Amino acid sequence: METVNYNRKINFGWLFRMAIRDSRRNRSRLLLFISSIVFGIGALVAIYSFRYNIQNDINDQAAELIGADLTISGNKTPDAKLKALTNSLGDQRSQERSFASMILFVKNKGTRLVQVRALEGGFPYYGTLETVPLQAGSAFKKGKYALVDKTLMMQFNAKVNDSIKVGNTTFIIAGLLNKAPGQTGISSGIAPVVYIPLKYLEQTGLAKIGSRITYSYFYKYNRKQNIAKLIKKIDPQLDKAGFNYDTIETRKENTGRSFADLSRFLSLVGFIALLLGCVGVASAINIYIREKIQSIAIMRCMGVKASEAFLIYLIQITGIGLIGSVAGALLGTVIQQLLPLVLKDFLPITISAGISWLAVWQGILLGLIISVLFALSPLVSIRNISPLNTLRLSVDDITTIKDPLRWLVYSLVLLFITSFSYLQLGSWMGAAVFTVGIAIAFLILTATAWLLIRFTRLLIMSSWSYIWRQGFANLYRPNNQTIILTVSIGLSTAFICTLFLIQQLLIGQVTLSTGENQSNMILFDIQTSQKKAVADLTRKQGLRVLSQVPIITMRIDKVNGKTAADVKKDTTLRISPRVFTYEYRVTYRDSLTSSEKIISGSWIGKAEPGKEIPVSAEERFAERANVKVGDKLLLNVQGIMMPAYVSSIRKVNWNKISTNFQIVFPTGVLEDAPQFNVLLTHVPSNTVSAKFQQVVVQQFPNVSIIDLGLILNVLDELFNKIGYVIKFMSGFSIITGIIVLISSVRISKYQRIQESVLLRTLGASRKQIFAITALEYLFLGALSALTGIVIAIGSSWLLAKYNFDMPYNVNLLPVGIIFIVITLLTVIIGLLNSRGILNKPPLEILRSNT
Amino acid sequence: METILNIQNLNKTYKSAGRVLTVLDDINFSISTGSTNAIVGPSGSGKTTLLGLCAGLDSANAGIVELNGISLGNLSEDKRAQVRNQYVGFIFQNFQLLPTLTALENVMVPLELRGEKNIKARSQDLLDKVGLADRGHHYPAQLSGGEQQRVSLARAFSNSPKILFADEPTGNLDAETSEKVVKLIFDLNREAGTTLVLVTHDLELAAKTHRIIRIKGGKLVADDKTGNE
Repeated sequence: METVNYNRKINFGWLFRMAIRDSRRNRSRLLLFISSIVFGIGALVAIYSFRYNIQNDINDQAAELIGADLTISGNKTPDAKLKALTNSLGDQRSQERSFASMILFVKNKGTRLVQVRALEGGFPYYGTLETVPLQAGSAFKKGKYALVDKTLMMQFNAKVNDSIKVGNTTFIIAGLLNKAPGQTGISSGIAPVVYIPLKYLEQTGLAKIGSRITYSYFYKYNRKQNIAKLIKKIDPQLDKAGFNYDTIETRKENTGRSFADLSRFLSLVGFIALLLGCVGVASAINIYIREKIQSIAIMRCMGVKASEAFLIYLIQITGIGLIGSVAGALLGTVIQQLLPLVLKDFLPITISAGISWLAVWQGILLGLIISVLFALSPLVSIRNISPLNTLRLSVDDITTIKDPLRWLVYSLVLLFITSFSYLQLGSWMGAAVFTVGIAIAFLILTATAWLLIRFTRLLIMSSWSYIWRQGFANLYRPNNQTIILTVSIGLSTAFICTLFLIQQLLIGQVTLSTGENQSNMILFDIQTSQKKAVADLTRKQGLRVLSQVPIITMRIDKVNGKTAADVKKDTTLRISPRVFTYEYRVTYRDSLTSSEKIISGSWIGKAEPGKEIPVSAEERFAERANVKVGDKLLLNVQGIMMPAYVSSIRKVNWNKISTNFQIVFPTGVLEDAPQFNVLLTHVPSNTVSAKFQQVVVQQFPNVSIIDLGLILNVLDELFNKIGYVIKFMSGFSIITGIIVLISSVRISKYQRIQESVLLRTLGASRKQIFAITALEYLFLGALSALTGIVIAIGSSWLLAKYNFDMPYNVNLLPVGIIFIVITLLTVIIGLLNSRGILNKPPLEILRSNT
Repeated sequence: METILNIQNLNKTYKSAGRVLTVLDDINFSISTGSTNAIVGPSGSGKTTLLGLCAGLDSANAGIVELNGISLGNLSEDKRAQVRNQYVGFIFQNFQLLPTLTALENVMVPLELRGEKNIKARSQDLLDKVGLADRGHHYPAQLSGGEQQRVSLARAFSNSPKILFADEPTGNLDAETSEKVVKLIFDLNREAGTTLVLVTHDLELAAKTHRIIRIKGGKLVADDKTGNE
């Protein structure tokens, strides 16, 4: 008797051949399935390329970002020891004093709060102050000249050689400033820069006690110097004096880090597009494999092993995944050329748009992993297809829940989503929340579909017309598409709607109330001696003084007896080092304001002489300093040490425009400390605002004014740009969602062909089949979109509460539009797909499907 | 004569809507090498289930199925697949050709699986024998029912099987085509010395075999040349 060779080796050549042969009549369909990952891969390749190019550009341009080899800065007047140090460093040195101040355009009396930079020396040593005319960048230091930011020049229609008044001194505009080291388009929009020579700062009268001046020193070394070693040596002294340093290396790191945040956010949006695509791949392959049951059963009859059948389709999916990934990488490389245009206002450097091969390879690899991983769940069920299907097509489910391999695949998918989101978010917590969120959304949709299948059967009444009964029965009969379509359409809707709701909330944050009693103009740096005069002047102009608040600057020396040095040594104290370096602006008053609420402890409005001072800490400050009610603080109020304790913790609504503080003192302590005042008023129009500003600047040149109307305009512009970036990236998700929808509905067409043809053969009219199909998709589309929207509302509420910390509200109109659009799109695509069946004679279709 | 198929105390039950349904009940018979056999019975009598079990497409709840001396009950589905590839040929009522493969490629599959050489020429020869020499590059959808069944026949003989199982081989064909296909089945069978087991309710076709096994209600009710109870 012959023996059977049970250990037949896998012939990969034949498996490849069979994979190609089997794909013959399905290639266009397979390409449609895989097209859903093209946009996700495209988005990620674009963002990765952008990230790598930025890294390279930062490395190349870091010296120009800082403009010197070493920068030292702080906002305290340097003492003699520090002065000696600053004078001993570098082969070439420059210094700068910068502060916020009002300036007046003499010609048209226009006023505006600007960042004044009084400069002395040859800074910048790398890069230039880009000015028009070109030589103005260095020539302005030779006399009473100023360089004025280009947006400011445009805003006030100023020309070179016009005059501006800074404090008490008039300067001639030597040139307009296009770019200074490290400056972005957006930052100059919020605080436009005006350079003046340092030697005239004294004359302006702005450098007085109470003015918040930043002192900066720039150094250049002619020969290569070990800056890191130098920093190590001088850091303790700088730390003690409250000064910071910045080198080319630290700037590289910091700039890189801030762009990592930006690109992380963008990659996450890209990843959502990719995940949507994955849902498309998984659902398409699931149906594809179901249609292949007969072919697989025939092969099994011929003697093909389960593993061989599995491999044939795995090879097919890998091949098609590779094509999709390469297409995605190509698309990404094209999009990447556009990203610097979209993001240029946020960037202080010139971004190159070269092809990043690393990003291209990463994209292709990712696409391959994704397409295989998400196809694996339906692919493993191939192993369960019995050869008996050749004799009698079984309607049994081939996807057995008990299959351990299936659970392994699910675990791999979860592991992949968690790891990949970790790579994007940089936090395991964030990655876990993201993954769990997606899993919950998936479960909700599956449960909804399951309930729909169970309950539709009970709901259908025999009194309904045949068309209604048939349309609804399609939702639960064998080979129904209910679960797959609900999950894919629902997840697409949830992703798109969440992005949309968050975008609306973010933009809505900028549209702040400017009612009569809401302040929209803030006057600050008012000296105590000027307090009454400024208030009188405000009233004289017909404006209300909404509030006047004293402000005192101070630092924290100890938290519960621990100094900055202790915190550095012992990280278990969980006190942020920033608590000690920050210069706090505090106030004193006897009551809470309307934007504050005590959440712990009790408010004490008046201090008792000779006793420890009770202060109220803002919630987030208390978190950073790791303090609770009763904890001790040692406060350094301009050199005087004041022991205090936390008597209460407040929640502050920072979104409300008023003067809010991290620390509030009771009355009876700081009244005699050096202080300045802030006055809040409401101006009804731009004309009144301009007139009032002119009068204030002329009489009180040291007083600065923030016109919130102007800031709102800048913020509005900023949010428009951010909104544009969000929309640009969400565009990928939306396109992917539509492709997934098209492919999900399209693949379900193959399930419906047979019965539609039978119905036509039995005499159903085109109109009847059209109505049955429309009803099925209408119900599926509406329910999936509705569930998706409910998930989106839940997830956006969670994001708003825990991530963005902003009040939540839903604008129902656009949500309703999303619902209608998704539902209609499902019906339209469903009907378009059925058109072929409706228009051809039944026999033709029966023959072509033999 | 040597036995190629031995069936002993074969039972097959299914669970349907919570009820246990006995499809085959205590079936016993054996088939000799080179013989031609028909399994007949009314619709729902269990004959297709019996064919599936004999060919190793399914496993029984009780009893023994020995194919060429190999007890199929002890084998995994993958091992049974390899037994089928080595010893078994199939002909189905609805032809069961792979729709994405050409006629020639369909015939080549069992040989390719075995890793044999000179496959193309041998498969082309088989197509020649069934009269489809010039249709090798056509896809199943481009062939008529009779042509598809002839391709299926060529495929069934391609791996030189010891036993050929045919499930209603003429069930989907008109009388004239059926006659040609039946002639081909018996001619090729004789030429290759293969054992034939065909399932049919066409008594005229069954009468062409050496032996008729009659099944009714899942039980073997007759086993003779004439098929009488």
